[in-house]
Order: sequence, then C-alpha cells, then structure tokens
Amino acid sequence: MSGKASISMILQKRSADIQAAWMQQLTTVSASSSGRLANDELKRQADGFLNVLNAAIKSGRTDNIDGPEWVEVRAFLDDLSRQRALAGFGSEETATFVFSLKKPLFEALRLESLADPQQFADDVWSITVLLDKLGLHTIKAYQRAREGIINRQQQELLELSTPVVKLWDGILALPMIGTLDSARTQIVMESLLQKIVETESEIAILDITGVPTVDTLVAQHLLKTVTALRLMGAECIISGVRPQIAQTIVHLGVDLQGVTTKANLADALALALKRIGVSFTRQ
Amino acid sequence: MDRIPILRMGRFLLVTLQVDMHDQLALRLQDDLTNAIQAKGAKGVLIDISALEMVDSFMGRMIADISGMARILDARTVLVGMQPAVAITLVELGLSLPGVDTALNVERGMRLLERVLSDGDDHRPR
Repeated sequence: MSGKASISMILQKRSADIQAAWMQQLTTVSASSSGRLANDELKRQADGFLNVLNAAIKSGRTDNIDGPEWVEVRAFLDDLSRQRALAGFGSEETATFVFSLKKPLFEALRLESLADPQQFADDVWSITVLLDKLGLHTIKAYQRAREGIINRQQQELLELSTPVVKLWDGILALPMIGTLDSARTQIVMESLLQKIVETESEIAILDITGVPTVDTLVAQHLLKTVTALRLMGAECIISGVRPQIAQTIVHLGVDLQGVTTKANLADALALALKRIGVSFTRQ
Repeated sequence: MDRIPILRMGRFLLVTLQVDMHDQLALRLQDDLTNAIQAKGAKGVLIDISALEMVDSFMGRMIADISGMARILDARTVLVGMQPAVAITLVELGLSLPGVDTALNVERGMRLLERVLSDGDDHRPR
C-alpha cells in the first residue's frame, strides 16, 4: 500500500477525530492570542482547509505543492493569510494555523498504524514535509498581503502630506511633514510648481518644521526644489530649520548659500511680505 | 527657412519660443537678437518659453548663451513662463541656468527689468 493512499484513507476515516483535536489546538492558540477570531469562523476555516487538503492528498503528489492538484489549497491559504493580515494577526499566529494540524494528524496516523512502525515513520515524514511547505507558503502569502497594505498606506500618506497653502496674495507655503524621500519630494515639487503657475505667486515658503532629519539626500532634494522654483521665476524661502538640523547641514558640508533660510514660519512670512511690498503697523 | 520673430516693446525685446529648436534656428536667433539689441539699443530681452512643453540640454545651453551675449551688449535677459514640468526636467538634468533671471510671466518679467534698470545698479541675478 503506498503512503499517499494510506494517508488519504486515514484522513478520511478519522476526519472527525482529527477535526475535533485540531479545533481544540486552534482554540487554545486563538484564546492565547486575545481571541480575535470567533470559534464559528475558526471552525469554518478548519473544515474548509481539511476538505481541500484531503482532496489534494487524494489526487496524488504530496511532494510538490506547486503542482496543479494543489491549486485550491494554495488559493485557500492565500485567502486566509490575506484575511488575517488585514485583521492584524501576527505572522506566527497565521502560520500556526497550518502547523497546529501536525499533532492531530500524527495522532491519527499512530492509531492507524500501530502494527507497522515503518509505515508510520514514512507517513509522519511525508506529512511533516507537506505541512512545512504549506506553512511556509502561508507565511509567504501573509508577507505579500502585509506588503500590499504597507504600500497602500504609503500611497495614502503621500497624497495626504502635500498641502500647498496660500498665505497671502502671491505667497504660498508648503508645510512638509515626515521624512522626505525621492518620490515624496517629486510630488511635493510638482504640486508646488503647479500651484505657483495657477496662483501666479512669486514667493514660496518651504516649512521643514515637521521634517525629523535632514541628510545629504534631503538637502539635495530641497536644493532641487529651490532651483526649480527659481527657474520658473519664483523665490523660495526655507523656514522651520531647527538648531539640530542647522548643525547637521553644516557638518554634512551641504552648501545652502544663495538659499534664504529662516528659523520659523513667522519670520519667513514677514520677509515674504516685505519682498512683495506689504507692511503692517500696530494700532 | 523659418525664423523666430523678435518683437520690440519699448526699451525691451520679446522673443517667444514656440517650436523645437535646432542648430540652424538657434544660430539664426542668436544672430538676429544680437543685431536687434545693437540696432535698437535695447536694455532688456524677454524670452518667453511658456508654450514649450519640453526643454532639453541644448535648449538650456542656448538660453544661457543668449543671456551671456545680451549681457555683453549691456542688455538684461529674463526668462519667463517656464512650465513646472520643464523646470523639474532642467533641475534633474543639472541645468540650473545660473546667471539667467527668471519671472513667472511676461508682465512680471517686464516689471523686473524696469525695476532693475531704474535701480541703475548692477543687480546680480539671484
């Protein structure tokens, strides 16, 4: 009797036992992890997985889970991983879903092959290899789902974080918040230049109060923005330079000559108003 | 052969670039413009590139060249109306056009020239 056939048979014969034992395992794990999943839901997932797994094992090859027989199992695990990633589960908890099946399966195999230790050892080995592969596949899918979430959040952050504010007729301000990288600076630059054209402003204030660190790359991005603004015929003032950042810039040897910098936005606005010839008096 | 028209506006000359430049056209423009500055005693040149969607390094160098030539003939050059995309491209190419004054549009450019000339001092470009 070939190993696969016996595994498949045992799976079918003892499915109720396996399922019960596995559910117990899963609920202990799930309870320890703050019980985010209802038991009904967990049971539904366990049943679903056992069904597709059984079908796949029956169809033959257990050594290659990339084969067409395993399409459904893979799809099931992908789906499960994605759901768990979205629900905020850890990678460990997600993978445990598959790994916790080992104990019930081994127990079932043991009971079925009491007389044949050799067969038992073979079966245990093939099940171990199979579940390990499926577990790794689950982690991979989980990782992919997480990366997708991170990418989407980054995109949203990008759209949220580039507001161009009009401070006065002819004066625009751009409060920059968060770390500046190439992609963000590009978007910042584009939206600022576009706004300059739309509003015919001649002065733009780049406020970097919310930028945590300035390295050579960030400084270079800032200089590029200043140069692009100058090319279009607008003037740029950088404001919100914190003492630490000023020190860093000098230590890095970045040349900010020719760029007007101010310590805070108020000073920058005062200068900008002076440039366009507006003055105030206190009454 | 087509040529780029040079319009006279008071003490200034206005050149509007609308077509893609090539060597011959650029040389011809430089020739025409320097002659016009000389003949009309112009004190300022406005180069309007608001219609250009794309400026390459050749174009950038040509503008810088014209600016240098005009300066020798005692005329200030102001580049006006650069599109955002063009500005970004030039910066990425590393062409920051030092020594060329810029303004948002022709009107602003004119005002800039008038201010600079009335100051009388040699206002260094930013």
